[in-house]
Order: sequence, then structure tokens, then C-alpha cells
Amino acid sequence: MEISRKGEALQISDLDPFLAELFRQIPASTNSEGAPEAESRLFSRPSAEKEICAEWKSYVEPELRRLFRSSTETVAEDLAQLNGNEKSLRNRTLTIPFEHADAWLNTLNQARLVIAEKYKFSDEELNDHDRSPLGSRRDLSLFQVNFYGFLQEFILREMQCS
Amino acid sequence: MSAVSTVQLEKTSTVEAPVTETETRDEAELDVPWQVVVHNDPVNLMTYVTMVFQRVFGYPREKAERHMLEVHQKGRSILWCGVRERAEFYVQQLHGYLLLATLEKIV
Repeated sequence: MEISRKGEALQISDLDPFLAELFRQIPASTNSEGAPEAESRLFSRPSAEKEICAEWKSYVEPELRRLFRSSTETVAEDLAQLNGNEKSLRNRTLTIPFEHADAWLNTLNQARLVIAEKYKFSDEELNDHDRSPLGSRRDLSLFQVNFYGFLQEFILREMQCS
Repeated sequence: MSAVSTVQLEKTSTVEAPVTETETRDEAELDVPWQVVVHNDPVNLMTYVTMVFQRVFGYPREKAERHMLEVHQKGRSILWCGVRERAEFYVQQLHGYLLLATLEKIV
């Protein structure tokens, strides 16, 4: 896989089927349904005061849900470029318009937080960037968190350069 | 019906005065400053947190990095102090970036 900047877009080329699948799983990975801990992490308490929390739930949380959903939809639209069978994914290039960078950062963060909450990864695990993804479902999910973090780092670096 | 009877009706009808509810907060409560606190989170990237502090508070990179390191090393950092409304606005922004942030009353 190669990542580079081409004008006003980020280009991710030479995607093998495995990494392409990880990309395609980004939107679904943000789903916190059935995982109350993940839901609590995405919509964390703003204060220890009950009155503030109640107002927050009524007025602010719906806004946040809209923001997160909108980001995820933008990413899903970009990822439509990867639709196709496994064979056609070889040498496939994913182009992310630079104006979608914020949506990507947000969605990747949602995905990382939800996965990390679902699997309750420890600090040590989250800092172990060399672990092979070919062990258990847990190892694969940890690889996913780190891979999405790598993508975030690259997007951030390019944003700072622009 | 005549004009006279209309006048009589107008004279006898009454309009209830609107009820005005008032909420009072004493001066001391209004003056209490609030602080915006960001808490450590092992998932959020350090570079990402720094960028968020720069964007939300307009801090220069060095100041944003100092706060990010304080969050990382001490578990929390106070990013801003002031009136409640503004503090709520900042916390909402930070939650939009998925950071763990709270507003606290300074006592």
C-alpha cells in the first residue's frame, strides 16, 4: 500500500484485498449499537452535575449524533470506490478529497473508540504496534485500531503541511 | 342584538393577567467561574489531541502540546476557565472531536 498526496486529494494505491477490506469496514466499525460502553464513550458525560447532563442529552447529544452520522456517510461515499470483487481490488486506488479530511479523522476516531471499548484493550495492547493480526479476532481488531490510527496520523501530517 | 348589548358584554368580560415565571440566580452563582477539563484517553492520538486544542481554543502549537502532554502524563488538564455558557460551548466542540471533556464549577 502506498499513500501520497496528489494535488487536493490523498491517494492510497496498491491496496491488497486484506487492507481494502479493513477500509471497507470503517463505517460499520463506528456502530455502537448493542455495546453500551462504546455508546457511553462516544457520548460521554459533560459534567458531574445532573441538571447539565439532562440538558445535554436533550439538546447537544442529537447534534453530536448528526455530526458523527454525517462524517460516516461522507467516508462511506468515498469508500464506494472500493466496491467490486476481490480480484478487481488489486492495485485499486482510493482517492480522498482533501475537503473530506475532517470527516475521515472523525470517522476513524469513532471506529477506533468503538472497537477499543468493545474489546477493552489495555494501554499495553494499544501501544503494541508490532502484533500480528493473524491470531484471534481480538488481534485482528487491535490491528484495525492501529491501522486506522496510522491513517489518522497520515491525514494529520498532510493537513499540517497544507 | 344591538350595540348596547355588545357594550354590556365587553364590560363584563375579564382577561386574566398572564402568569410570568421568574427564575432567579443570586449574584454569587452567576459569578462562579467554570473550567473546561480534558481527561486522558489511551485511544486518541497525541497529534490529534494537539490539533483539536489548536482548533477549538485557537492556542499556538506549543501551548496546545503542553496541554496535550499534561493530559497524557497527569490524566487531565484544565484548558479554559470562564463563564458557564462559553465553557459548555467548548465542551460541546471537544465532544464533537470525541475527546473526553467536562465542565466543572470552580469552588
